[in-house]
Amino acid sequence: MTAHPVANSRPIIDVRGVWKRFGAAEVLKGIDLAIRKSEVTCIIGPSGSGKSTLLRCIAFLEEYSEGEIYIEGELLGFALENGKRRRVSDAEVARVRRNVGFVFQQFNLWPHMTALENVAMPLKLARGIAREDAAKRARAMLEKVGLGHRAEAYPSQLSGGQQQRVGIARALAMEPHIMLFDEPTSALDPELVGEVLQVMRDLAAEGMTMAVVTHEMGFAAQVADTVVFIDRGVIAASGSPDEVFRKDENPRLRQFLQNYFERNVFWQGSGDVAVP
Amino acid sequence: MSFNPAILTDNWREILDGMVLTILIWVAGTAIGLAIGLAVAVIQLFTNRWLAAPLAFYVAVMRGTPFLIQLFVIYYGGPFFGLDLTPMVAGTAGLALYGGAYFSEIFRAGFLSVPPGQIEAARMMGIGRLDIVRHVQLPQMLVIILPALANMTVLLSKETAVLSVITVNELTSVVQSIGSTTFAFAETLLFLALVYWAFLEIVTAAARRLEKRVGRFMLRTQS
Repeated sequence: MTAHPVANSRPIIDVRGVWKRFGAAEVLKGIDLAIRKSEVTCIIGPSGSGKSTLLRCIAFLEEYSEGEIYIEGELLGFALENGKRRRVSDAEVARVRRNVGFVFQQFNLWPHMTALENVAMPLKLARGIAREDAAKRARAMLEKVGLGHRAEAYPSQLSGGQQQRVGIARALAMEPHIMLFDEPTSALDPELVGEVLQVMRDLAAEGMTMAVVTHEMGFAAQVADTVVFIDRGVIAASGSPDEVFRKDENPRLRQFLQNYFERNVFWQGSGDVAVP
Repeated sequence: MSFNPAILTDNWREILDGMVLTILIWVAGTAIGLAIGLAVAVIQLFTNRWLAAPLAFYVAVMRGTPFLIQLFVIYYGGPFFGLDLTPMVAGTAGLALYGGAYFSEIFRAGFLSVPPGQIEAARMMGIGRLDIVRHVQLPQMLVIILPALANMTVLLSKETAVLSVITVNELTSVVQSIGSTTFAFAETLLFLALVYWAFLEIVTAAARRLEKRVGRFMLRTQS
């Protein structure tokens, strides 16, 4: 579905020279990344490489130490005054990132609320939408992720895959312009990964702009417009899935992919696996 | 010396007055103390250290000094600072300030018990700080801190007995004076013990019921 004209002018997310330090540890070392409308960007890399930190900086769940992040043209988290940056208020941060949706690895649903309440509550509190209308929109969002029949269930009564789909519905209900996914399937049992990825595929097909930190190489290969490989705090490779997965010769990338494939191939039928 | 509970029924009027006064001060002091405790915890956790530091000092003083001395300072020392309080008001305020310090620590622990990821999710949704406290943190932490809150409430019921030192005619002082004028020490002391024990049972039963109500979502987890 490419009915959406791609606005080439201004990226929705523009990351420029971003550094992030935790004390003496440098986690991000000068990241540049632009994400345009309706693009799906998958961010891959070894654990500890900084990929989740980058996503959290884009959401301003972490304050970046240096550089600039623009969301739809507005500087996130800071104001520039005489070349110096000043932290803006939480309310101002919330205003600039109001169109950014975030999906967490650990779902982070509110356990004392039903699935429906989880989706409806932010609509009421943050958008001032009336009870009835919020419930109606929440129900529609749950149906969109295939959970209309579980609206009254509490998170503890749902499987991990269902919980994550509620998490996606909750973010979607706010009508974001971009969705950020932080390893959305990493906390799931393997047989539940598929249902979450399917919802994400559907979203991408509808033209949602997405940035996804993931270990699901199959998803990245099929759905991503751009794959970004982060290693030790820098973007070591990026391009189309074909370029990154097949052509790029960065040795760290090749080693990373090699490890990934070895971990995932458990049966080659070549007789080298002993079966009792 | 014989055991003669009639001493108590003979003086039922005075005893009832004392008990009403004790319950009034206890309930008002606890309610105000809970409000103080919640406010102190919220300010300490969610605002800047310039507001938090004096509150930390308040909590330390109230926890570190005997309630008896605090009451003396408020009631007898108050007039030096232009605070001329009746014994009843001074006693209630003292109980509230004393309880508030402990309640604030309980609330603080409660706030910290809610996983930070849930707060992040709420912040990402654009929900304001106070709404997060009210809709995300309080409902969940109440289940966890209710036993501790109930415990402190029971302790406060017994601290009301100290108020006799600032001339409040609460239950203990009334019953003790009956005991010392009639020499019926066993009857009066036993009666006092039973009344405070009854307070404990009432608070515990109420807390259990409340726990079940606010903890509905947790009970379902187990089903």
